Amino acid sequence: MSSAAVSNKKGFGATLWDYLTTVDHKKLGVMYLFAGTLFFAIAGFEALLMRLQLMIPNSDFVSAGTFNELLTMHGTTMLFLAATPLLFGFMNAIVPLQIGARDVAFPFLNSLGFWLFFLGAIFLHLSFFLGGAPDAGWTNYASLAIYSPGHGIDFYVLGLQISGAGTLISGINFIVTIITMRAPGMTFMRMPLFTWTSLISSALILFAFPPLTVGLFLMLVDRMFGANFFDHTMGGNTVIWEHLFWIFGHPEVYILVLPAFGLFSEIIPVFARKRLFGYSSMVFATILIGFLGFMVWAHHMFTTGLGATANAIFAVATMAIAVPTGMKVFNWIMTIWGGSVKVTVPMLYALGFIPSFVAGGVTGVMQAAAPLDYQLHDSYFIVAHFHYVIVGGIVTAIFGSMHFYWPIMFNRALSERLGVWTFWIFFIGFHCTFFIQHFLGLMGMPRRVFTYQANQGWDLFNFISSIGAILMAIGVILLVINIILSAKSKPLNCRDYWGDGRSLEWAIKTPVPFYNFKQTPLVRGYDPYWLEKHDGNEEGMIYAEPLGDIHMPNNSILPLIMSIGTFVAAFGALYHPDGDKPWAIPVLILGLAITVGAMIVRSVKDDHGFHVHVEEVIATEEELYGKGGNK
Amino acid sequence: MMKGLKKWRLFSLLAVMTVFLSACGEDYITTLKPTGAVGKEQFNLLLFSIAIMALVTIVVSVLYLYAFMKARRSKLGEDYMPKQVEGSHTLEVIWTVIPIVLLLILAVPTLISTYKLADVRAMDEVDEEGNKTALTVNVTAKLYWWEFEYPEQGIVTAQELVVPTGEKVYFNLKAADVKHSFWIPAVGGKMDTNVENVNKFYLQFDEESEGLEQGVFYGKCAELCGPSHALMDFKVKVLDRDGFDNWVAAMQATEGQTASADSADVGEQTFANSCLMCHAVSGVGTTGAMGPNLTTFGDRNRVAGVLEHTKENLEQWIDDPETIKPGNLMTGKYGELSDEEISAVADYIMGLSIEE
Repeated sequence: MSSAAVSNKKGFGATLWDYLTTVDHKKLGVMYLFAGTLFFAIAGFEALLMRLQLMIPNSDFVSAGTFNELLTMHGTTMLFLAATPLLFGFMNAIVPLQIGARDVAFPFLNSLGFWLFFLGAIFLHLSFFLGGAPDAGWTNYASLAIYSPGHGIDFYVLGLQISGAGTLISGINFIVTIITMRAPGMTFMRMPLFTWTSLISSALILFAFPPLTVGLFLMLVDRMFGANFFDHTMGGNTVIWEHLFWIFGHPEVYILVLPAFGLFSEIIPVFARKRLFGYSSMVFATILIGFLGFMVWAHHMFTTGLGATANAIFAVATMAIAVPTGMKVFNWIMTIWGGSVKVTVPMLYALGFIPSFVAGGVTGVMQAAAPLDYQLHDSYFIVAHFHYVIVGGIVTAIFGSMHFYWPIMFNRALSERLGVWTFWIFFIGFHCTFFIQHFLGLMGMPRRVFTYQANQGWDLFNFISSIGAILMAIGVILLVINIILSAKSKPLNCRDYWGDGRSLEWAIKTPVPFYNFKQTPLVRGYDPYWLEKHDGNEEGMIYAEPLGDIHMPNNSILPLIMSIGTFVAAFGALYHPDGDKPWAIPVLILGLAITVGAMIVRSVKDDHGFHVHVEEVIATEEELYGKGGNK
Repeated sequence: MMKGLKKWRLFSLLAVMTVFLSACGEDYITTLKPTGAVGKEQFNLLLFSIAIMALVTIVVSVLYLYAFMKARRSKLGEDYMPKQVEGSHTLEVIWTVIPIVLLLILAVPTLISTYKLADVRAMDEVDEEGNKTALTVNVTAKLYWWEFEYPEQGIVTAQELVVPTGEKVYFNLKAADVKHSFWIPAVGGKMDTNVENVNKFYLQFDEESEGLEQGVFYGKCAELCGPSHALMDFKVKVLDRDGFDNWVAAMQATEGQTASADSADVGEQTFANSCLMCHAVSGVGTTGAMGPNLTTFGDRNRVAGVLEHTKENLEQWIDDPETIKPGNLMTGKYGELSDEEISAVADYIMGLSIEE
């Protein structure tokens, strides 16, 4: 077990077992990345089907009911099951290395978080085969959700409840990791920006997911037992759902975009060969965005009828967010200013990100003006706005970071040439799809429509928008091809692949051994690897401890078993309201028993982990890097 | 050479203009050619905010492109080592203060408009005789159709809102089943129709709709409400004050009008037997009908909100509503009708009119 990471002669079964039981943050990062990519592809395909339907007026390519399922699953999947895990993938793979830690604080929980997310996602997607997907939008507004027939909404509620628990667990794990596991000398104000944004984003998860959990739980008991929290004819109130959802939903946007900001704050200094400009104001801006992110949820509800004063307060609060966000943009530009910019694929994404994100940001401020929002709300203008932010801000960060961090994560590089093609096709497709949608909205086209009548002045622009969607799809396919090709390429076996790495993750040679740093590094300042490198330290770091035994956690299958338990229980909860399925309650109990049983086993059985002895460390290093180890 | 360049410039300018003009959309649905004070105020706010935001975008883009062009490694050489700058307090202050100032400038008209557009106190004002001075319309959104009640006038209609020019028209908005949203893009912003409370707002209609391509403005449902959300359209007919008064009088004159099962007309007979339970043919009444009031059906612009106003489409709609508006509540409510009955009842419904 101790040399599990080194052995590459294992059979398929052993490898599978290794991944099912692993608690290694690097492997979980890879699993998050591939699961996220899978769901990104599914949700992207759903978007493509919708755009094909809207290519021409009065099309009957997909039916009205199917279209509503597609739009619901596209939004839900992209936010919860694609963007979140992809960013968690990078957080897992990179943050412990950036702070010089052996692993995250709670490796077992890390694994549990992944499996809950993954099985929740699978559960939600099974709805397509079990009587229909949810169809009330990703916002799942209560009156429509309660009215919706079939089990679609139950899949939504239970699937998100399970995967949301996984996200919450992972968020807590990262907060603890970043606060307690930093290497000596890594003070808060020496932490790389990606670590900072991961910390703030995890804190947002901690506060934002409970309202969602509460909302989903109320919805669940409404549908399971007729509890009437949201049934206005029985004294319930549907506007409460809107509040609960958006108190979660707006911070969720920042949960996703902050790590994206962090990733760009890593990429830009490396390829501009220049220290991040205004580091402390970047940190301050991140915290401020996180804080203000909780103060603005009602700007999603300007037309709900909350009254002038509420609208006025939330309008001004929303505008205020533009200030710290603007600070960040100017700091990125000033990092480039006077630097030496090498245009690699990750930098290309960063360069494309800045103008796209600014465009998405300013339309956000326009919608903060409440009276103007009465016109823009729920029109294609808002669709254009949030896709500029999410695709222009988050997806570009993810694609760019795949290229950027692939060498660390896989000891392979993605092709630059193919990457440039991917970037341009995807980027042009993105602007072609969404720029024009601003005008569609201003021309009166509501969002979430499965079709539109001809001659309302929308035909041409919808056609152009659909062409753009096809380009984006081609871009994504090229990226997947690039990933597949990279698996066949030669291992890199190098340190600091891009040549200008600054933070600790670049100080370590690839492939990264399962215990990360053989000795915990000592951090002497911001950008520690850059400091050591330019002080002529060839090893890339100095150490805070002598070479000694390394304490590592044991692998465990229990997280998977606990998650399977909730997965099984969810089917019981789902089918119970049908009334004609006597097996529903037993299944619910069985599922919960599996989960609780696994928890008891975990609590009763002492698991102290294991030690990697010095000789083994030296042997591993030599096996990985040849004689002399990591020099 | 110069001449060719000039021509090329002119051409590109024309191309941009064409796109820009076509980007304004159709008069009866676009927010970019608003009619009425509310839409115009929102449009002005749009222009004002676009101006500020365009300024921001241009400044940022110029800075960014300049920084990038000057800093390319391909120009500076592979070994160039930039100065490692920590930051600048002066710059930080500048790019914090300037956005704050710009946002404050935007916030002022935003706040004024927010309060102004929410001011519905005039709804309750009465003259000496105790009659309300302002026109109020109660809007009820139902799964895929709209009901408009005029409480002071004692009349009710559906699918086609009729309003006078030149005055504020106040709306009470409510949904009967699931949440919808009431939006007339060319006239002003939307307001949700919630299930548990009445939302109030006002709009102003300055231009008669007669001059428009189809003689009506388009209204939309803007909140996802089920499969036929995209088809939940309504129309707005704007008349001058006299025209509106005449319309109200004509509606009031239909009091007691009904279809008789004993009629010699097969259409009326069928209507009385199969349709009258849900669809009234008298404009006098209150809100709460199961199906749209059909008193003015012959005068309307569309069948079922979306189909062209022809007898064939009406027959198709009566024959199989589900294929036209999936999830509607009319399907299966009236049994099987024969082709002759459908044709006759369509004739009867198309004949329901209060306009000469």
